[in-house]
Amino acid sequence: MASQSQFYHQTRIPSTYARWWKHFYENKLAFIALVIFVSMCLVAIFANFIAPYDPTLSFTDAIHKPPSWYDAGDTQFLLGTDYIGRDIFSRLVFGARLSLSLAGAVVLLSASAGIFLGVVSAFANSWIDALIMRVMDFILALPSLLLAVVIVAVIGRGLPNAIYAVAIVLIPHFVLATRTAIKHEILKEYVTAMRLDGASKTRLFYHCILPNILPPIIIQLTLAFSTAILEIASLGFLGLGAQAPHPEWGTILSESHNDILFASWTVTLPGLAIFFTLLSINLVGDGLRDAMDLEKNK
Amino acid sequence: MINNNIYYVAFLCASSILSGCHNQQSSTVRDNVLVYCSEASPQSFNPQLVTSGTTFDASSRQIYNRLVEFSPGTSLITESLATRWDISADGKEYIFYLRKGVEFQTTDFFEPKRPFNADDVLFSFQRQWKSNHPFHNTSTLGFPYFESMALGKLIKDIVKLDDYRVKFVLNNPDAPFLATLAMDFASILSEEYAQQLILKNDLAAMDSQPVGTGPFQLTRYQADAFIRYKAHPKYWKGKEQLGGLVFAITPDPSLRFARLIAGECDLMAKPLPIHLKATADYPEFKTLSEPGSNISYLAMNTNKKPFDDPKVRRAINFAINKKLLIKVVYNGNAEMAKNPIPPNIWSYKHSTPEIPFALDKAKELLDSAGYPDGFELELWAAPVQRSYNPNAIKMAELIQQDLGKINIRTKIVSYEFGTFLTKVKQGQHHAALLGWIGDNGDPDNFFSSLLSCAATSSGGNAAFWCNTEFDELITQAGRTSIIKKRTKLYQDAQQIFSQSLPWVPIAHSKQFIIAHKRINNFHLAPTDGIYFSGVSLTPLNESFVSTEKKAN
Amino acid sequence: MLYLALRQVLNLILSFFVLTIFTFSLAKAFPDGVSFIVDYVPVDIYSGDSLLHDSQLNSSQINNFRLNESEQNENIFISYFHYLSQILTGHFGYSTVRGTSVFSEFFIYFPATLELSFGAIIFALGLGLPLGIFAAQNKNKWQDKLIVSTSLAGSSIPIFWWAMLLVLFFSLLLGITPVASRIGFEYDIIPVTGFMLIDTLLSKQPYSIDAFFSAIHHLILPAIVLGTIPLTAITRTTRSSMIRVLSEDYIRSAKTRGISVAQVIWKYALRNAMIPIITVLSLQISVLIAGSLLTETIFSWPGAGKWLLEAVNRRDFPVIHGGILAIASVIILSHLALDFASMLVDPKWRQR
Repeated sequence: MASQSQFYHQTRIPSTYARWWKHFYENKLAFIALVIFVSMCLVAIFANFIAPYDPTLSFTDAIHKPPSWYDAGDTQFLLGTDYIGRDIFSRLVFGARLSLSLAGAVVLLSASAGIFLGVVSAFANSWIDALIMRVMDFILALPSLLLAVVIVAVIGRGLPNAIYAVAIVLIPHFVLATRTAIKHEILKEYVTAMRLDGASKTRLFYHCILPNILPPIIIQLTLAFSTAILEIASLGFLGLGAQAPHPEWGTILSESHNDILFASWTVTLPGLAIFFTLLSINLVGDGLRDAMDLEKNK
Repeated sequence: MINNNIYYVAFLCASSILSGCHNQQSSTVRDNVLVYCSEASPQSFNPQLVTSGTTFDASSRQIYNRLVEFSPGTSLITESLATRWDISADGKEYIFYLRKGVEFQTTDFFEPKRPFNADDVLFSFQRQWKSNHPFHNTSTLGFPYFESMALGKLIKDIVKLDDYRVKFVLNNPDAPFLATLAMDFASILSEEYAQQLILKNDLAAMDSQPVGTGPFQLTRYQADAFIRYKAHPKYWKGKEQLGGLVFAITPDPSLRFARLIAGECDLMAKPLPIHLKATADYPEFKTLSEPGSNISYLAMNTNKKPFDDPKVRRAINFAINKKLLIKVVYNGNAEMAKNPIPPNIWSYKHSTPEIPFALDKAKELLDSAGYPDGFELELWAAPVQRSYNPNAIKMAELIQQDLGKINIRTKIVSYEFGTFLTKVKQGQHHAALLGWIGDNGDPDNFFSSLLSCAATSSGGNAAFWCNTEFDELITQAGRTSIIKKRTKLYQDAQQIFSQSLPWVPIAHSKQFIIAHKRINNFHLAPTDGIYFSGVSLTPLNESFVSTEKKAN
Repeated sequence: MLYLALRQVLNLILSFFVLTIFTFSLAKAFPDGVSFIVDYVPVDIYSGDSLLHDSQLNSSQINNFRLNESEQNENIFISYFHYLSQILTGHFGYSTVRGTSVFSEFFIYFPATLELSFGAIIFALGLGLPLGIFAAQNKNKWQDKLIVSTSLAGSSIPIFWWAMLLVLFFSLLLGITPVASRIGFEYDIIPVTGFMLIDTLLSKQPYSIDAFFSAIHHLILPAIVLGTIPLTAITRTTRSSMIRVLSEDYIRSAKTRGISVAQVIWKYALRNAMIPIITVLSLQISVLIAGSLLTETIFSWPGAGKWLLEAVNRRDFPVIHGGILAIASVIILSHLALDFASMLVDPKWRQR
């Protein structure tokens, strides 16, 4: 893996990130998934410009209009309308914004709390470590949706509470990943070497350990992101997450579930949105894992 | 290996085919059992404790009888447990002659040693009336009908003249009294069973393990799943043709419809407008309809700001687009409401001005009431389907949209139906979407239960609106039996209502039910009640066994 | 061996401790705050009147079990121990909606979830093992790639949507599977064990065999829905495990000795590949419980998941508390059981 300059025989070794990117780029499936995901993010950011209508606006004379490719459909409503005449395309677009930003908030919260706890747990004495790990093991053993449902039952339903509930549920994943990675790194010889050289704890942490535990944490971030989207959609479907008339995909599915026989597009389309989003994030995550693993094996 | 896979696939196919085959043979069981997809779990098996039609369908209408009852399909009074009655000249004394040879149901938990007599009548009413009665406090649900109709004040005494004669002495004449005794809460319970429960110290079983004289008796109940009944072998009208009855409790309307067309149910409660349209594709089903004796309304809790101000209430009336709601929520199958009673009840005031949908007028009123920046509104709606409102949540969302245009920020609050009713009864709501189905064709049934001062304490008056003039008018109207006089009084009452507007009256809905053609002799009552007495089934393997459906 | 067993038991006790601390804080955090489980009379949480529906309560118990005012100001540790003694004797309180004992309600609803989960596991194993083996044998060929990609797609599909699609296609459009519930309504089956498949056979009704097949018929689609995610996990694990095992030397020597491929796989390879599969099964327990929350809602399956969700909708806090305590205990116990199973299967473990 060397590139050669014109005049001198020089070997330029690309940086770690460049190498990861090259591995990732070579994985066609993962790359396509990344493109899809990035375009979804763009759609979410520019939702106001992309969506033709306000997602809560109901056109009461166009209820249950099928998508435009049906005879009864209308290009005015590209993907049809729902049970009170709201344009589905607009709802899905704003739903993308909602799902992605909610998941982002969840991941931000749980990653910060989780990484912090993981670092504390790895460096603290064995009592605190054991205590934290016990609690984390317990939360991990429980099904995430069950725990989220119970938390929402206590603190009440609604968007912000759903975010807190899912964030709490995802914290242990970060704690575990961080702690394992740190414990792994500390045992390595170069760290011992640096300690012998007299490096302070802070320097040790920021310059040695932190950069090298990034791979598992990044992978955990993608996993958590995909789990967060699914959990929020599940809570929305159960009526415990985003409430009507928020266009969250799970909430949309709970409303359209009633009319599945007569307006199947109100069920298939939002579900496809969730499916493709999750699929692309999972593929990106897999691709990242492969790219970073390949490096390790070399 | 491929071999293993084939075995697996073959096994899966075989078991599904086998199970499919057996479905056909089960039709012999179904020939005797009617499966009804109902819309919610009953709150209790004692009709004295509730006002909900769902509970009545599951209890009073199948398990119990009353002294007098409505002739099927009408609001005419006929004899039932009372064979005849004498009314004194001053209208204050009623003597009922009770039917002889009526047997109570024998169940797993009770075997009657004596037939029905006057003791049972006394027990059924005194339980609701006397606060020191041992069975008065066995449930937190209370006796909403008995209390909101102020029967405790109306009845002076109930006297047992002998085993088969009971005398009701009233404090003042009451025109609707006979109709009142035909209502579900006046069902007759077994006093002998009550004695047995006192000995066992298990008073609550009166309401959860019912014993009545009616056509069907309860065999098993699994909450939120099903209720099973079997025909009462010694029913005094003769044992029913229908051997058994199953209520398949299905709150989700689309699941109800799916069950109906899949053949899992024979009868479906409360179909949505979209289901009525779709039934045309399924020739083995028929739609039954009945003009509704009901009203759907938005009650504004006058105990909470800003609904204590009649200007604000009037503003909300202007801000609700009833035409749109009827079109979208009822699919056109309803009439716009302006009075608290429906037009098919006598004394309906046709001249009441209709309040049009005018957002500018609403804004004007709000400004003059001191709310130029609008206010926050909590709109309560239950996620169930009632015959007066197919989809309260949908209605709430549409109202939310319109109110938003005049700067009223609406938040939709919802609870499971039973919990919703309890909380509304306690006055926790701000504004709530509710409704009422008339029980006996008498206007008093609407006015007293929903708008009287007595109903503010029993919880039926969700607006907690107590207007003494209005209350006086309806009380007087209840006392006389001269229709002309009553009409005038009720019309004056409606005048007061339309000036004060504690509600936004929204619509009167038509009632529908979808039934399999194999059900014979089933009628929808004007009170939207489901009565299975007299119903029979044509065996399944005749003419309409194959569920041929055209795929849409 | 004994040391291992002891360690597992210690783990179990510690896990239960953490669980009870969690549920205790949950109980304290509920809006009506007070220690409602301790000798609780079912009361209407608003009016305070007693809600006597449970026919097993008699009057002496009522007089003794008043919600004690003084308990509210109790030391938190004493409160916790009091709580623990109630929990361990099975007093989970009473439902504020129906007044029935939470503990007994759990045992009414849980067998349904268990039956559904068994169906899902049978589906997942029954389809997953052969698919995984098949993929491993045809590694990197188009069959393998197809199975891997379908597996990946399957793990990204939201369960509730998948259920809706299957119901739309198979139940509503084709009509070959029922729409909901555990059994046709015309069959009156007395619940003995709570498992419909067993109860129908035990039933003395003339239609008991018909009822049995009806129960199987109703189990098919929900089991497929619930079992989809475990299916993908088992397929993936079986495939990777089998690939690893098939590349081992002893497999090659067995093949050269002339043992048939089928025998090689079943007698030698699969046994050794089982360990990671059992580990994966252990992880799937949580997936099954979470999935049952959604599956039971869509198929109106009267299991513990639907029971819990309805309690959440009705704000029935004793049921929410009791439900999660019971379900979490079951999960912890089943993890233990599976750990033991994997220890028995893996000879390396036994030596340690």
